[in-house]
Amino acid sequence: MKVSFRWLKEYVHTTLPPQEIAEALTMAGLEVEAGQGLGEHWEGVRVARVTGVAPHPNADRLRLATVELSGESHTVVCGAPNLSVGQKVAFAQIGARLIDGHTGQTVTLKQAKIRGVTSAGMVCSEKELGLGESHEGILELSPEAPVGAPLADYMGDTPLEVEITPNRPDCLSVLGVAREVAAITGEPIRPPALDYSEEGPPVRELASVEIADPDLCPRYCATIIQGITLGPSPRWLQERLISYGMRPINSIVDVTNYVMVEMGQPLHAFDYRTLLESKIIVRRARHGENITSLDGQKRSLNPDMLVIADAHRAVAVAGVMGGLDTEVTEGTTDILLEAANFAYASLRNTASTLKMRTEASMRFERGLSPELVPPNIKRATQLIQQVAGGRVAKGIIDVYPGMADAGAIVLEMTEIPRLLGMEIDRAEVLRVLKALGFECREDSPERLLVRPPYWRSDVRLPADVVEEVARIVGYDRLPTTVLSGRLPHRQPDTKFRLKERVRDSLSGTGLQEAITYPLVSADWLETVHCPLGLRLANPVSREQEYLRTSLRPGLLAALATNQKSGADAVRLFEVGRAYLPWEDGLPLERDTAAAVLWNGNGEALWTGRQAGADFYEAKGLVATLLYRLGTSSVDFIPSQEPFLHPSWQAAVTVGGRVVGVIGQVHPKAADVLEVTGPAFFVEIYLDAVAAESGRTVTYQHLSRFPVAIRDLALVVVEEVSARQITDILSSSPLVTEVTLFDLYRGRPIPAGHKSLAFRMRFQSPKRTLTDTEVDRAQQQLVELLGRELGAVLRSA
Amino acid sequence: MELQELKAQALAGLEQTADLEGLEAWRVRFLGRKGPLSQFLRSISSLPLEERRLQGESANRVKSSLQDAWQSRRESLRLAQVSTSQSGADISLPGRPMPLGRLHPITQTFRDICAAFQSLGFEVVEGPEVEWDYYNFEALNIPPGHAARDMFSTFWVDYTDDKGGHPMLLRTHTSPMQVRVMEKTEPPVRVVVPGQVFRYEATDATHEAVFHQVEGLAVDENITLADLKGTLYEVARLLFGEDRKARFRCTYFPFVEPGVDMAIDCAMCRGEGCRVCSGTGWLEILGAGMVHPNVLSRVGYDTQRYTGFAFGLGVERIAMLRHGIDDIRLFFQNDLRFLRQFR
Repeated sequence: MKVSFRWLKEYVHTTLPPQEIAEALTMAGLEVEAGQGLGEHWEGVRVARVTGVAPHPNADRLRLATVELSGESHTVVCGAPNLSVGQKVAFAQIGARLIDGHTGQTVTLKQAKIRGVTSAGMVCSEKELGLGESHEGILELSPEAPVGAPLADYMGDTPLEVEITPNRPDCLSVLGVAREVAAITGEPIRPPALDYSEEGPPVRELASVEIADPDLCPRYCATIIQGITLGPSPRWLQERLISYGMRPINSIVDVTNYVMVEMGQPLHAFDYRTLLESKIIVRRARHGENITSLDGQKRSLNPDMLVIADAHRAVAVAGVMGGLDTEVTEGTTDILLEAANFAYASLRNTASTLKMRTEASMRFERGLSPELVPPNIKRATQLIQQVAGGRVAKGIIDVYPGMADAGAIVLEMTEIPRLLGMEIDRAEVLRVLKALGFECREDSPERLLVRPPYWRSDVRLPADVVEEVARIVGYDRLPTTVLSGRLPHRQPDTKFRLKERVRDSLSGTGLQEAITYPLVSADWLETVHCPLGLRLANPVSREQEYLRTSLRPGLLAALATNQKSGADAVRLFEVGRAYLPWEDGLPLERDTAAAVLWNGNGEALWTGRQAGADFYEAKGLVATLLYRLGTSSVDFIPSQEPFLHPSWQAAVTVGGRVVGVIGQVHPKAADVLEVTGPAFFVEIYLDAVAAESGRTVTYQHLSRFPVAIRDLALVVVEEVSARQITDILSSSPLVTEVTLFDLYRGRPIPAGHKSLAFRMRFQSPKRTLTDTEVDRAQQQLVELLGRELGAVLRSA
Repeated sequence: MELQELKAQALAGLEQTADLEGLEAWRVRFLGRKGPLSQFLRSISSLPLEERRLQGESANRVKSSLQDAWQSRRESLRLAQVSTSQSGADISLPGRPMPLGRLHPITQTFRDICAAFQSLGFEVVEGPEVEWDYYNFEALNIPPGHAARDMFSTFWVDYTDDKGGHPMLLRTHTSPMQVRVMEKTEPPVRVVVPGQVFRYEATDATHEAVFHQVEGLAVDENITLADLKGTLYEVARLLFGEDRKARFRCTYFPFVEPGVDMAIDCAMCRGEGCRVCSGTGWLEILGAGMVHPNVLSRVGYDTQRYTGFAFGLGVERIAMLRHGIDDIRLFFQNDLRFLRQFR
């Protein structure tokens, strides 16, 4: 909210500069920024009166103006067409600093001779004062402007940009912000005048008010003013509305807006004569009921919405906007002025359903106090009488079904140190609360009975009162202490720890961690053959409409991004959640580790080109990861995952249970996601691994006996897998380890065959094996391989 | 052959050896199993005992002196080999790169933040990102229709319950975990909750619809706002360094009372005021406060006995401040040229 500092000072005296006030308010809870001051540079510019205008002797387009200020007269050369005798103007004397109308630069005004005549200064345009764009004519000041006064005193101002938190609707008003200033500085508050004369008939003879739905309208007040003269509001009032950012309309509407900005309560004026049967009925809208609101839009209403109606029809959407039929307009002579309180939740719904967030609804939505209504309606009535005349009916109609006494808040004095960790002495507590408008009764030395002022709907609990004291005293005064006391019984989050270990392991094997967007498009999920899952009711775009059910699309998109930016090789992993719909409740958020590997043409290194990423890198990565996590019996079995290349893929199992999948991204999916070249993907479901991981290692005795190492090259047909051979080689009780160290195809190996070379380690935990024993064991294995797999030893 | 003659011949031969291969040939020839000493020792087995002892002793003396000579020759040959300057040893050639993986800067920041709190006795826990309205709002003192909901623009899940309501959402903050933790635990409680959160808003250089937070909660007897200040100032010191200033000011969050906004002095201008801090000299880094009595009593805690504090830090904001990152969107773009900078 924009608050004019000048306006603010009408309610509280302060000599502090606006920047200091802004800082103090910010510390106490209202975030305030002091804007660019208007008139900060108006040194040497004063209010003057034009006493004479004469033609310039040497120029047709220029004139000589005589201006008078505090007894002195000056003659200046002026080119403005709108100059006339009797005007009040802004007069800059020699030495004043102004903005050059042509260049926009700030310049110091020097004495100048213009076409032979010496000009003693300058009559300023809006632009030269930094007030606006116009420099065609001079700025004409109000006839009330005091001649001789520095212009900065007369109209200088600084806008305060105040950010109001939802709990402080009382500060959505200049008076509310002034009250904060008063409490902080200790100055008294000067509230606006509320008194007016009542010369009309008793108000109850003119109209009636009925609240049909008191749950939605705790209070409704009305006054009636007859015989007003509608016209533009006075200049001072218009200027204040403009300073807030509102457009002046007419004196009545302007007063209702003015009072809302001044004191915080939205008001509405109806043309009294258009209200059928002079009745106000506050009720829910009927099915199918319509209203044309002030902005000319036809609005369909429903029974969840509260309306103000006359005997026959809705005349306003309660607290949101008035209706066109009862608008105060040219020819209006009598008005009914409404000030009411509405239930915030329903009003908020109505405003958002109708897409009408107005200045009024914004205030009501934050829960205004019903006690604001009487002073505000009095203030508005008083101002209407002042600016539009008319006879005010006697009394105020006040229907108040929601009246409730919240009672005093009991503040135990110990509550202050209990919450704050510091003592504040009783006298200071009383002083602060009083400055904020609270009433305090000293019930006993240990407690206070505290009643918040009527405008504070947010203070209900002792903790609220403690905050009030603390924020005015200042959080600066709080000491810094450390937590003492018992340490909680710890319950480590095992899922979180597992994820951290996966991150360490994958980054430790050379992969870069990525974090990809959890919101994806339906197209992307379909491309990677994943179900759609949860949809957002209000997505920002189609591209971010679904919660991902897999990390695939995000990681592949990240790969494509890096390919486009010229990366040689990309090895990314992510540990994140896939959101899988789960019966009739919150989704299963499945922790998943995924990786994508792509190595372009192979990284070029001076020691030789690094091999490109392939299926076996993906496999090795998973094997290493699962080994690090402490799982045993990891296996890779054939799989049929449509997202992956039909030949180059495998399911990963741990203890026979599928925990993930690896393989080459299917070229079709790669195309759609704009990935070039073969990319390899790894996906491990961590919930499935969790149970198998993190076991405490049990130490194995180290054999004291020597190892015999034998290498064996075998030729088999292509259909025989390496796995079949290692299974047989490992079947000997003397073999402790089998490693494949070479795979060869081509001459002299016959076509359709391949050569596989293995290194075997023979060892016994109990004794030294003799050469003969090892030879015999190896011979048996070779025979077994021949029988089972048709393997033959490769001749040297 | 006479033993002494053999010895002299062997030692002369040893002098001639030029490298380790020649030395090995020498060893096989003179000290091997088929060498003259071994043959000699085998040949004396038929001699009478006394004779055998005398001959054996002298043969073994020769053997051992040859072994010593061999050992010292081996050492000098090895040394000579190492000290020979190797042509082609260009130490300026790049080392063979070891695979170097890195953690995402958000993960690194998460870890730094969590480690700071763990050193103060906080346990790390996580919670769901898709939440019920109840945990995200109601239990945190934000009833339906409350204006404070405007502080948290919400993504709603397309889901309808039996009553026609739409209670499922993407959590707008990590604060729902305050409630979930307290529902399951009796005081004392000390946890931090790292996690992803969502706000329904357009993305630009300073706003993201998806970002990360760390929530903190401590509840026990005798926990005060001064403890909160002490804890957060200590963490700010650990994260930003000794010489940074911190500021506590009053603000409003529906689930705390009193409420706090904490800022640190702007590193760019050292508090003078600049573009980064919008001229204020301060950078807001977190919201905090004393847990609202309504929140405590809703989970069944005795508000007369227990008090607590809670806080929430924006992880992107802290990472941006620490590393001078000027565009929040970089965190989700996964451009290696960005990620690789965070070693």
